[in-house]
Amino acid sequence: MADLLEIRNLRIEATSYPPGEPPRDVVLVDNVSVSVAKGKVLGLIGESGAGKSTIGLSAMAYGRGGVRLTGGQIILNGRDIRGMGPAGLRALRGREVTYVAQSAAAAFNPAKRLMEQVIETTLSHGLMARAEAEARAVMLFGKLGLPNPETFGNRYPHQVSGGQLQRAMTAMALCPKPDLVIFDEPTTALDVTTQIDVLAAIKEAIHDTGVAALYITHDLAVVAQVADDILVLRQGKKVEYGPVRQIITDPHEDYTRALVSVRSIDHEEKAAAPAVLSVQNVTARYKGTNFDVLKNVTVDLPAGQTLAVVGESGSGKSTLARAITGLLPPSQGRITFAGRALSGALQERSKDDLRELQMIYQMADTAMNPRQTVGTIIGRPLEFYFGMGGEAKRRRVQELLDQIEMGKGYIDRYPAELSGGQKQRVCIARALAAKPKLIICDEVTSALDPLVADGILKLLLNLQAQEHVAYLFITHDLATVKAIADKIAVMYRGQVVRYGSKTDVLTPPFDDYTDLLLSSVPEMRLGWLEEMLAHRKMESAGN
Amino acid sequence: MKMPLSALIGLILTGLFLFCAIFAQWIAPYPLDAVIGGVWEAPSERHWLGTDTIGRDILSRMIYGGQITIFVALASSLLSFGLGSFLGFLAAVKGGWIDQGVSRLVDLMMAIPSLIVALVVLSVLPINLTVLIMVMGLLDATRVFRLSRAVAMDITVMDYVEAAKLRGEGQSWIIFREILPNALSPLVAEFGLRFIFAVLFISTLSFLGLGIQPPLADWGGMVKENKDGLIYGKSAALMPALAIALLAISVNLVADWILSRTTSLKGGRGG
Repeated sequence: MADLLEIRNLRIEATSYPPGEPPRDVVLVDNVSVSVAKGKVLGLIGESGAGKSTIGLSAMAYGRGGVRLTGGQIILNGRDIRGMGPAGLRALRGREVTYVAQSAAAAFNPAKRLMEQVIETTLSHGLMARAEAEARAVMLFGKLGLPNPETFGNRYPHQVSGGQLQRAMTAMALCPKPDLVIFDEPTTALDVTTQIDVLAAIKEAIHDTGVAALYITHDLAVVAQVADDILVLRQGKKVEYGPVRQIITDPHEDYTRALVSVRSIDHEEKAAAPAVLSVQNVTARYKGTNFDVLKNVTVDLPAGQTLAVVGESGSGKSTLARAITGLLPPSQGRITFAGRALSGALQERSKDDLRELQMIYQMADTAMNPRQTVGTIIGRPLEFYFGMGGEAKRRRVQELLDQIEMGKGYIDRYPAELSGGQKQRVCIARALAAKPKLIICDEVTSALDPLVADGILKLLLNLQAQEHVAYLFITHDLATVKAIADKIAVMYRGQVVRYGSKTDVLTPPFDDYTDLLLSSVPEMRLGWLEEMLAHRKMESAGN
Repeated sequence: MKMPLSALIGLILTGLFLFCAIFAQWIAPYPLDAVIGGVWEAPSERHWLGTDTIGRDILSRMIYGGQITIFVALASSLLSFGLGSFLGFLAAVKGGWIDQGVSRLVDLMMAIPSLIVALVVLSVLPINLTVLIMVMGLLDATRVFRLSRAVAMDITVMDYVEAAKLRGEGQSWIIFREILPNALSPLVAEFGLRFIFAVLFISTLSFLGLGIQPPLADWGGMVKENKDGLIYGKSAALMPALAIALLAISVNLVADWILSRTTSLKGGRGG
C-alpha cells in the first residue's frame, strides 16, 4: 500500500535581503525525502534553522512568509500537492492536514469561546453538522484529559492554563478527522511537569484516532516517546533517517550521536566553603499586592560554587533573583553578601556591591542594546567601574572575548550580527568584565539549542575554575542542574521545599514535588513516558 | 541601498527649498519691499510669478518668505523635540509622581486647541520671532512628549536597560545612550511630520495677522495680502499656497525614506 504522505527530493528556497547588498536566494531545505504511513508518527528533529518547521508546513504545501517550494514532489493521498492551485489547497488544508502550533496562547482568538474555535474548521469545510461537531469536540476533550469535557468549550482562552490550551488546540486539529496532523513544537513552551501530561494526551489521541502525524521538536528525548520514525535535520539537509529505536540506540552519524549524548557533562560537587551570599528568611511581594511571592526563603551560596534554584514558572525563582539584585526590596529578612549586609533597595547600594554582583539574562537578544557594538557593550563596565579607556579598554575587551572563546573580529560587530550562542557569550563577558564575586544566571540556556547550551555550560564551568566566581543558577531544567550545581534549592509556590548539596537533594527519599519534578525530565529511552506516568506520586501543577 | 525615486524627488525639492532659504539675499532678483511694477501683473519675463497687491515681485517675496517660514518652523520643531523628547524619556524612566505631574500638565495643555491657546497668548505678548518660536515650540512639545514617552516606555522594560540600572548607571546614560538611539527612528519620522505642521501653523497665524509681522514676509502672510485678488481671477495668492503644499510633500517623502532606512539598519527594532 502506498504511504499517506511521501515527500521526494524536496527543495525549498527563500529570498533574503541583507541590508546594503543585492537580494539573493538561499536554499532552506535541500533534497529531503521522507514518507509517513497511515497511523504512523514521524519525528522531525534539529536545531533552530534546521528547516524542520519548513518541512512540516510543506506537508500542506504551505510556505511561511515568502518561502517557496521550488523542487521535488509532495504526494499526499496519492496526488502531488506541490503544484496545486489555491482552491485545491483550501479544500485540503484543515480537512486532510491540520496543524498544531507551538504557542497555543498566541494562536487562539481571546475574544471567542474555545468550542467556537475548536469546531470552526470542521464547520467551514462542511464536514459535520454543528451538533455532531460539538459532540466530537467534547469526546476529544475527554480523550485529551481535559477537566469537565462537557463544559470546557464554554470557556475563553484566558480561563484555562497553558497546558490545557495546548490540548484544546490538539482537539481542534483532530476534530475534522484529518489524515495527517502537524505538531510544531507543541510542548516546548510548557513547564516540564505539564509537558508530560500534554505529551501523554497527544500520544493517546494519536493512537486512538489512528491519525498520522509529523512531530516537530528540538528535544530528542521528547520525540523518542511518541515517534515511530525520526528524521534528523541540520541546515536544511538530512543527517539521518530511520526507526526511532535505531536512532536512539545505534546512531550512525556523529551529529546524531552528539544529540543523543547531549548534557553528559560531569561535574564533581565541590567541598563546603564559606558563603559569599547568604539569604535569610526573605519574604517579598510586589508593590500594590498583598500576596507574598517569596515566603521565608533561606539559602546560602559558598564562594566560587554554584547554587541552582529549580522550579516551574511561577515558583518565585526569578523573584528571588530580583530580591538579591535589589530590584524588589524584600519586606522581611536579610541578605548578606561578601561579609557585609546588603541593603534592600538598589539605590542605596555602593558601587562595589553593584560591581561584585552581576546578572546574565535568559534572552540575550533583549539584554544587549541593539545599537551598541560588542566593544561598547563589554567595554562599558570596564569604563564605569575601573575608569578604563582608549587602547587599554579595547585590549581588555579583546582578552575577555578570547576568554569566552570568540576570538578576533567580533569587537566591532552589532548584536544582530551574532548567533544566539554568541550573544549569550557576550553577555557572559559583560558580566565578567566587572570582576564579580557572584553572577546570577537567569535561565541562561533555556532559549538555546541543546548543543549550543552545552557549550555555554562548559564555558561557565571553565570560567568558574579560572575566576573563582559563584553562580546563582536559576533554571527549570534538571539536566542543566545536574551538570553544573554544587548546591540545589527546589522552589514551589514561593517557598524552598528542598535545599542542600547536590547529592543530598538528588538522593531519595524525595518529597512529592521534587519527585514529580525529577521524574518529569524526559529520558532518552523508549517506553519511559508510560513508566513514569504509572509511578508518579503527584499530579502536575498545570492541571 | 538604492534610493527610491520618491525619496530622490523629495530630497531634491527639499534641498532646493533649503538652498533658496539660506541664500535668499543673493538669489532673489528684487529687494523684499521694492514696488517695481503694476498691481497684480501677470507672470512675465521680468516677473516670473507676476506682482502682488501693491506691485512687488512675488518670486522675490516668496524666496524671502520661505526663509522666514522655514526658519521659524525649523527652530520651533527643534525646540519642541528637544523639550518634548527629554521630558518624555524622563517621565518613562522615572515613573511615579514625575511621570504623573508632567503627563497631567501635558493633558491639560492638549485639552485646549493649540490654535486658540496661540491666539490668546500672542494677543497678550509682543509679537516677535523669539516669542513666536517659543509659543509654537511649547505647544508642539506636548505632542512630542506623548510619542517619546510611549516609545521610551517600550524600551525601559527591555533587559538591557535593567542591566544598565543594575550596573549603577545614572539617569543621563540611560536616557541618552540606552534609550535615545533605539527611539530615534520613530522620532525622526515624527520630526518630518511636526516640521510640516509647524509650517502650516505659522502660516495660519500669519494669515490671521498674529504671526510674522510686516515688513517681514512669509508665505501665510502673502496668501493673506493677495487673497482679494482671487475674486478678480489673479493667481498671486495661489503661489505661496502651492509652495507650502510642495514643501510639505517633499519633506514627508524624505521622512518616509529615513524611517524605512533606519528601521532596516543593523539591529533595527522589529526588523
